[in-house]
Amino acid sequence: MAKHAITLHINGQAHDVAVDSRELLIHTLREKLRLTGAHIGCETSHCGACTVDIDGVSVKSCTILAVQCDGAEVQTVEGLATPEGLHAVQEGFMQEHGLQCGFCTPGMLMRAYRFLQENPNPTEEEIRYGMAGNLCRCTGYNNIVKAVQYAARKLQDQAKGGQPA
Amino acid sequence: PAEELERSEKLGGIGCSRKRKEDPRFIQGKGHYVDDIQLPGMLVGDFVRSPHAHARIKAIHKDKALAHPGVHAVLTAEDLAPLNLHWMPTLAGDKQMVLADGKVCFQNQEVAMVIADDRYIAADATELVEVEYEPLEVLVDPHQAMDDDAPVIRDDLEGQTEGFHSKRVHHNHIFTWDVGDKDATDKVFDEAEVTVTEKMLYQRVHPCPLETCGCVADFDKVKGELTVHITSQAPHVVRTVFSQLSGIAESKVHINAPDIGGGFGNKVGIYPGYVVATVASIVLGRPVKWVEDRIENLSTTAFARDYHMTGELAATSDGKILGLRTHVLADHGAFDACADPAKWPAGFFNICTGSYDIKTAYARVDGVYTNKCPGGVAYRCSFRVTEACYLIERMIDVLAQKLGMDKAEIRFKNFIRPEQFPYHSALGWEYDSGEYARALQKVLDACDYEGLRREQKEKRERGEIMGIGLCTFTEIVGAGPSRKCDILGVGMFDSAEIRVHPTGSVIARMGTKTQGQAHETTYAQIIATELGLNSDDIQIEEGNTDTAPYGLGTYGSRSTPVGGAATARAARKIRDKARKIAAHLMEVSEEDLDWTGEGFQVKGVPDQSTSMQQIAWAAYNNTPEGMEPGLEAVEYYDPPNMTYPFGAYLCVVDIDRYTGETRVRRFYALDDCGTRINPMVIEGQVHGGLTEAFAVAMGQELPYDGAGNIQGASLMDYFLPTMVESPHWETDHTVTPSPHHPIGAKGVGESSHVGGIPCFSNAINDALAQFGTTHVDMPHNAYRVWQTLHELKLDR
Repeated sequence: MAKHAITLHINGQAHDVAVDSRELLIHTLREKLRLTGAHIGCETSHCGACTVDIDGVSVKSCTILAVQCDGAEVQTVEGLATPEGLHAVQEGFMQEHGLQCGFCTPGMLMRAYRFLQENPNPTEEEIRYGMAGNLCRCTGYNNIVKAVQYAARKLQDQAKGGQPA
Repeated sequence: PAEELERSEKLGGIGCSRKRKEDPRFIQGKGHYVDDIQLPGMLVGDFVRSPHAHARIKAIHKDKALAHPGVHAVLTAEDLAPLNLHWMPTLAGDKQMVLADGKVCFQNQEVAMVIADDRYIAADATELVEVEYEPLEVLVDPHQAMDDDAPVIRDDLEGQTEGFHSKRVHHNHIFTWDVGDKDATDKVFDEAEVTVTEKMLYQRVHPCPLETCGCVADFDKVKGELTVHITSQAPHVVRTVFSQLSGIAESKVHINAPDIGGGFGNKVGIYPGYVVATVASIVLGRPVKWVEDRIENLSTTAFARDYHMTGELAATSDGKILGLRTHVLADHGAFDACADPAKWPAGFFNICTGSYDIKTAYARVDGVYTNKCPGGVAYRCSFRVTEACYLIERMIDVLAQKLGMDKAEIRFKNFIRPEQFPYHSALGWEYDSGEYARALQKVLDACDYEGLRREQKEKRERGEIMGIGLCTFTEIVGAGPSRKCDILGVGMFDSAEIRVHPTGSVIARMGTKTQGQAHETTYAQIIATELGLNSDDIQIEEGNTDTAPYGLGTYGSRSTPVGGAATARAARKIRDKARKIAAHLMEVSEEDLDWTGEGFQVKGVPDQSTSMQQIAWAAYNNTPEGMEPGLEAVEYYDPPNMTYPFGAYLCVVDIDRYTGETRVRRFYALDDCGTRINPMVIEGQVHGGLTEAFAVAMGQELPYDGAGNIQGASLMDYFLPTMVESPHWETDHTVTPSPHHPIGAKGVGESSHVGGIPCFSNAINDALAQFGTTHVDMPHNAYRVWQTLHELKLDR
């Protein structure tokens, strides 16, 4: 099977990679690029454990081909923290006990990262709808809602303080 | 006291809501789960699975698959038979086919494994394996399993009338297990003023951890050593079994359970995938990875429940319960792989007298084979306590309804009283401690129960349907005393090994294995308090059988009762030695020293003290004469009893009479698990368990059709609630310590699932009770609730 040479801009860095046309992005990320934060929890596109950010949109990476992402800007959980520290969503999940086994967490974080840009000041109901593409088996979601609220507050404080989000 | 609390906060010890040590790696994608593992030369295995529920295999044609580029092997039962690995023993004392041996007994059963360069090629090649089947008559209804003309599922057991647990009276009969005084119970029922009977099905569901099962098996031909990275809740047990099955010395079998993406009882047993991947690695001399997909997980790994129960209560006309009688038909699927302590084929179902002082009781369970996936014990069940709790909590509501009695009042009337503990139940357990009435009263007050009942009455008059569910449960967790409990012959102790370094930091390992329950955080809290060292400097590890002490694993909420007890006692051994060193350093006798919480001080002389750090340093360079250097200890803890946490839950639901849709208005959960190590972590456990309870009660099921096709075994249908459906949870607690546990702590992880389900189901049944129904089965999804409303002509 002929491979396709594609370039993925992942967490700000360009990666040239040869993929089969049928290769799912999640497998390219996990197996070729060894970015194993994103996970696989189903094969029917429900769980969202594979959620990454592609060109400013939350995408379930089990439901997109790697070749479709040629040239795309992809952000994964590995790229959230900066040398200055954790991103607000990461800090929120830790402070509010929004994770247990950690398997849904990378997808949750990537969704929360985008969601709070779509809706910087969400109500609880908006959070629950906005994050409904992501399943969690451990937390019962209460604390994930709190974590997103924590992150929203922190991002707003950062925005007020003129610091980068 | 305030001083202790302050110290606990400072050290990150028992009782404080310490943030989790696990989180930094998980929130940065740096966890290490099985499928993250890549090894040089690693191949991937994938199963050919049966489309039939029951069929003979006439032939398996491998040629096309083997000819496919990138395929290294196709293994069938024939390849495993010479190693005697085409069947494997189960935790229930039965055996299970690893690869179909002449026939298949349930849909999606493993028939052959293809080993290929990667998962894409392996998937292609499974399509190229051609299997010829001759369909057989299918058995799915357990009520027909023991009919004279029922199909024979287990040809291999033909003529065997003696099962692992009892005599077998039919070819599909697995066991009969009973407990209690049958004659006395029958007499109570014959003479009682009031009796009630109800049949109820606790439907087949699945724990469905977000990470499925998988492994990477790596046999090193040069060293003759086997390493298996595996999604196992009990890695040491796996090592023993793998050694026994393979003939490789246990010292050369290295089992490693890395980070696990949730277990929920799904990852206790050994699955064919682990065995075949290991055989393939031994045969090929290369690492072999096997990771199942969601449909395979839901349809072929340990299911939960499937208990067809008849409950009976005998009582006086004023509501005092005199006797309980119950019979269960247990559907175990095609092989009995039900994970239980060996002497307990129905788990701890005999906790079914619940929180009530019922003097006379009898319980009987019959297990049968059907053409379904094996399992039974999983999904926060604490070994069938879910079923036991559902039975009693539903029955007590049924009795209250018959007597026209309030559902809280009947509970108060029958509770075991605080002064009765330790309490010997009619079915053989000795409850350690409890204050049930206090807990229920706290919940009723918090929710204004009387106000809710008034509101319900008003709503009923307006034709609106509101239900109030109560559940006052007693759990039994922490298996268990080795005289009663063993896994394949190994007593159900657990262990801790704690080593203090010269500079006062600690490495500690336990025989349990976290799957998200925060052991790396909470075990360190126990040590921090016991040794007066900061928990941030205490490193906890589990899962690597080379390094961690032997333990029985994590399930049945047993980690705190058993592993936690071992941890505290190992730490106390260290503290005893530290006291000797401190006496030596301060040149006083041991008896002159007081423990300060962070070290020792001379009695009455606060400025003459020495810290645990100073003692640790001295342990390596200045020990008293005759004392071994170093500061470490091991404890293997054989618990004297289980722990019996309890809870009082209340749920309020509103049902739309035209659609059958239920809205959970309120759910209030009070749990008492004795001493609370980390309230934040407990709360998270409760939230997760309640969400599972919501899912099980309101939507989950894994039915089979008449042809033996498993239905709804994917996330297209299998109900996992999202944030939108999941109710908001309110939690509360009381503290009734376990008197026999070193720190007074009881297990709690499964309580919310055990108690939550009957609470939801009782709320639905309470809502419908006004129309004369006494019981409707779960799941209470909109369609099924509507069916009841429709039959009652309420939807028009």
